Amino acid sequence: MTKKENELTWQDLEIGAIVTEAGNASQYKTGNWRSQKPVHDYSRCINCGLCMIYCPEGCCVMNKEGYFDADLFYCKGCGICARECPTFAIKMEEE
Amino acid sequence: MAQRVGMEVSVAIGEMVKLANADVVAAYPITPQTHIVEHLAELVADGELDAEYIPVESEHSAMSACLGSAAAGARTFTATAGQGLELMHEVLYVASSMRLPVIMTVVNRALSSPLSVWSDHSDAMSCRDTGWIQIFVENGQEAIDNTLCAFRIGEDNDVLLPVMVHLDGFHISHVIEPILLPDKAEVDAFLPPNKYPLPLDPEKPVAMGDFGPPVIYTETKWAQEVNIQKSKETILRVWQEFDQAFGRHYRPVETYRCEDAKTLLLTMGSYSETAMTAVDRLRDEGKKIGLIRIRLWRPFPFEELRQALADTETLIVLDRAISFGGPGGPVCSEVRSALYDQPHRPKIVNFVGGLGGRDITIDGFKEIVNRGIEIARKGSDNEYEIFGVRQ
Repeated sequence: MTKKENELTWQDLEIGAIVTEAGNASQYKTGNWRSQKPVHDYSRCINCGLCMIYCPEGCCVMNKEGYFDADLFYCKGCGICARECPTFAIKMEEE
Repeated sequence: MAQRVGMEVSVAIGEMVKLANADVVAAYPITPQTHIVEHLAELVADGELDAEYIPVESEHSAMSACLGSAAAGARTFTATAGQGLELMHEVLYVASSMRLPVIMTVVNRALSSPLSVWSDHSDAMSCRDTGWIQIFVENGQEAIDNTLCAFRIGEDNDVLLPVMVHLDGFHISHVIEPILLPDKAEVDAFLPPNKYPLPLDPEKPVAMGDFGPPVIYTETKWAQEVNIQKSKETILRVWQEFDQAFGRHYRPVETYRCEDAKTLLLTMGSYSETAMTAVDRLRDEGKKIGLIRIRLWRPFPFEELRQALADTETLIVLDRAISFGGPGGPVCSEVRSALYDQPHRPKIVNFVGGLGGRDITIDGFKEIVNRGIEIARKGSDNEYEIFGVRQ
């Protein structure tokens, strides 16, 4: 898709609004649904990856140092990672 | 060449679906549609029709299976009636908005309760906003012809919409009529293979029926509306080509003895044939009455209707459904709204009758016309009159 979704006119749509580009849901920003964001304290983190496993958006990704961060383009701020973290390394902060 | 054969209309519809070489039939039997799908099941079981017959567990599943089939690019047929159509309801919207050419015979049946297997238009009217093309027929031949046309129209790449062909339960479906069934070569020459432009294909994956947030939903709905409005051009062209091929012509609004008539009766479906005879009798009595029948219910034929009613002084509309607590019958309500802004508009009188299979005889139609003329002259405080109710 060359145009952004808010620039698409009705004439730009495929028949029946069929999506012909595989995997284009990755362009859909859900990060702006969030009111709180997860903040990771690496000093407490044991790299267990439970936040990555529990994240319903699949947006906890490992960074170069081997710690997990939430990709804020997708993170909806649900707080499940903070709740599940066994070492309390994740805190939800108001944005 | 076509052979004229005496055949039950339901069976003839099955034969036409066979001639159209449908790939998939997914249907659930319901009176008075049963004989259509029974016959198709038989044709498939006997190896006469090379199609996938899916005996689903409900009409909701029937229409859902049809979505998948049409999305894969298969020629798809189903049929239903009354409560079955209601059970399909939410999926009907999906078929039209996903632009899937599912072809469906709807054998019109009154809705419960009380339980009725007999005909009226309450089921058809509940579908008028679903985005399907809706064609009404008046006899067996028209049902067969329009079943064939429905495949051509729905699958045309300028249209790509599901089509309902409405015929009244029993009065058409169960009658044995002399039917001209075209032969295979004639059908093949008229109906090209179905070529859905973006089918489900593992080599070229697409996603259908996706999520549509507020930023795009309005655009999808407007695209759908423009498309169904434009589909009328194709419908007219297909009917014209059908005339060239088979010698029978269909129009969005059909007229009968309207030339010098100032008073017109308007009907839809099988009762139109009785109404024609009533018009003949009234003409014999020296009354200048004509008959208008709406064949194309969706997309609504605004232009043709306005043209047909340009010189009319009194219009009497018969509805076979009630919009409860509303402005009268659905047909009259739409006709009235189509004419409201016209510089010349007739006085419009609405009757509701023929509910749940109640006959309206020739004398009944004469009574409706005479009473309608009286109401038009004197005026009335009621939105409509119910015809034939005992009180």
